[in-house]
Amino acid sequence: MSDIIFIGLSLSSILLLIALGLSITYGAMGVINMAHGELVMIGAYTAVLAGLHLGLNLFFALPLAFVTSGLVGLVIERLVIRRLYGRIIDTLLATWGVAILLQQLIRLEFGLSFFGIHIDGLGPGLQNMTVPAFLTQPIDVAGMTIQPYRTFIIVVTLLLAGLTWWLMYRTPMGVQVRAIMRNPQIAAACGIDVRRVSALTFAYGSGLAGIAGVLLAGFKTVMPEMGASVVVDGFLVVVVGGVGSLLGTILAAGILGQINGIVALLSNDIIARAVVFAVVIALILWRPRGLFSFKSR
Amino acid sequence: MKTNRRNFLKHTTAFGAAAALGPSMIASPARASGEIEVGVLFSLTGGLSIIEKSLADATMMAIDEINAAGGVNGMMIKPILEDGASDPKTYNEKASKLVIRDRLQTVFGSYTSASRKAVLPVFEKRNSMYFYPTYYEGFECSKNVVYTGAVPNQQLSNFIPWIINTLGKKKFFIVGSNYIYPREMAKVSKILIEQNGGEWIADEYLELGHSEWGAMVSKIKESGCDVVLSNVVGDSVVAFYREFKNQGLTHDKLPICATVTSEIEIAAMGPEFAVGSYTSFPYFQAIDTDRNRDFVERYRKYVNDPKAVTHHALESSYFQVYLWKQAVEKAGDISADAVREGIKGQVFEAPNGTVTVDPENLHTYLTPRIAQWGADGQGTIVDEYPAPTEPLPYVAYGETPDNLFCTGAGLDTSKL
Repeated sequence: MSDIIFIGLSLSSILLLIALGLSITYGAMGVINMAHGELVMIGAYTAVLAGLHLGLNLFFALPLAFVTSGLVGLVIERLVIRRLYGRIIDTLLATWGVAILLQQLIRLEFGLSFFGIHIDGLGPGLQNMTVPAFLTQPIDVAGMTIQPYRTFIIVVTLLLAGLTWWLMYRTPMGVQVRAIMRNPQIAAACGIDVRRVSALTFAYGSGLAGIAGVLLAGFKTVMPEMGASVVVDGFLVVVVGGVGSLLGTILAAGILGQINGIVALLSNDIIARAVVFAVVIALILWRPRGLFSFKSR
Repeated sequence: MKTNRRNFLKHTTAFGAAAALGPSMIASPARASGEIEVGVLFSLTGGLSIIEKSLADATMMAIDEINAAGGVNGMMIKPILEDGASDPKTYNEKASKLVIRDRLQTVFGSYTSASRKAVLPVFEKRNSMYFYPTYYEGFECSKNVVYTGAVPNQQLSNFIPWIINTLGKKKFFIVGSNYIYPREMAKVSKILIEQNGGEWIADEYLELGHSEWGAMVSKIKESGCDVVLSNVVGDSVVAFYREFKNQGLTHDKLPICATVTSEIEIAAMGPEFAVGSYTSFPYFQAIDTDRNRDFVERYRKYVNDPKAVTHHALESSYFQVYLWKQAVEKAGDISADAVREGIKGQVFEAPNGTVTVDPENLHTYLTPRIAQWGADGQGTIVDEYPAPTEPLPYVAYGETPDNLFCTGAGLDTSKL
């Protein structure tokens, strides 16, 4: 029984990890960020490159990926998204274009491959991140096998969720962000620098995607296309949880992960995926605005 | 080329008014100029380019080698390279371009079955030859395709008995990606497992590209199996082996025996996750012969990468060009009909050993081998058939060497 819950929990934690950044960029800022998966991918590549060229392990790669993806997010916000606030469909198209661009940048090694320069760890090939040995060896505690890497992911995800909650609800910055979510014009009228706060919020959401990328790299192949598949799961969670609600995102990730885990064990993964989609459809029909929602811009 | 009425009509549609100038104008340009044009059709972009680029490189290397050694019957080979872009539809368009506009009689190409199926109608309708270098699921019998990769009986007929008799493992957990190749492989595996006195306790599938293996590996752990037979394809392989280790399973107690995990996948996952597991292929980079070592060295020099790995489909991409060359030399003509007749029974000393094209079904005799993966990402050959095995593309449906379903006359559908 504990095994089943653990699998569900680890599935949930990965869903939450991806959705957390999205719940900021999509949930709080109303940007359908199709490039979110690519920010995850950039995080994963940061870990690969840091391992290959700087000899840094997973733990150092986490903050590095946060900064890298965050900076890329900041640049995307400055160049593209800033001009598109409030035009939700346009953000979808524009960020999709950005996503393709980012994929090609990695695949073409920032264009250097045209000049015959090859950077180890980039290019169209499959890469992998080395996981420290003590995180791959299961530990037996009181008859239960504990998988350190999965446990590590769960712990990091919970910490990040806690941190995000604290930033949003316990800091002056968070108050400003929430004010902008409700009504940007009034927020601006109250003296909040909407542009600056929005840019930083987007960068923070992007940075979370970078961390997700590092952790995913531990058990997935790292390749330029890796982000495309994760972004769909992320949107599922955010939409079911209720756009703009952190608690809803956490709860939705928990529910969907557990359903996925239990059905996968009882039947198989393909049926589990179908069941998850069925549940999502049912939930959206029942509560079109998600589990938790409030009026926002 | 014969210019009967049927052909004439074809040319008229293809060339319009040009056809009115007469047959000499519409003959293959290749023969007129003293060089032979052939098509090379692999994905140079997109998700599959990682692997298909290496197949294209091996094909080009064989062409360059043949040209350097004086060409085919004194004629130079001129490759026309096209990009399938990892997309079956693009494959179809590019194949049409090569066959209809460039009027090529022979094209080397494809990695996936999906892309082969997409181009097949073009080659059959226009009667050109397609050389396909990848191991695949069988169940195909085309007069216009020469198959130089392994079919299920060449990967499994040695593997399953060896697992049962040598490893002493009897309870199989079969797992694969959810599409035709793994499902056909599972079908053949089950027949062989039952024949050899083993049993299979599960036959499970995951979507192609699926990377969340937590539930499946947990199921494997609980199932009580003593060996895992993996037909998992693509980047899922990496996630699978990594999760396997993370859940505390080891290959010395519960080995993964795979039919798709090649040198490429091992390098991508990090060799430490595969140490001790097995794969069955006719070719491994580790084959310890001078011919193979020389081949690996030449390939690395050709692609200018001292760490490049070679693998089964890559080696087939290389030697099938030589088989084609011999067929042209034997027939004295480059037309598809001549190549088809010429290639029957052709023998070539490939890096993996002697390969022979079956005169009936145009598949290739290959030597099944089993390798155990080591910490350096290379296999150690632990078992090798004494002789090349006859290819049986319909083995899952009861085909045997004495009862061929696919012959030179085509597929005998009454036997299915």
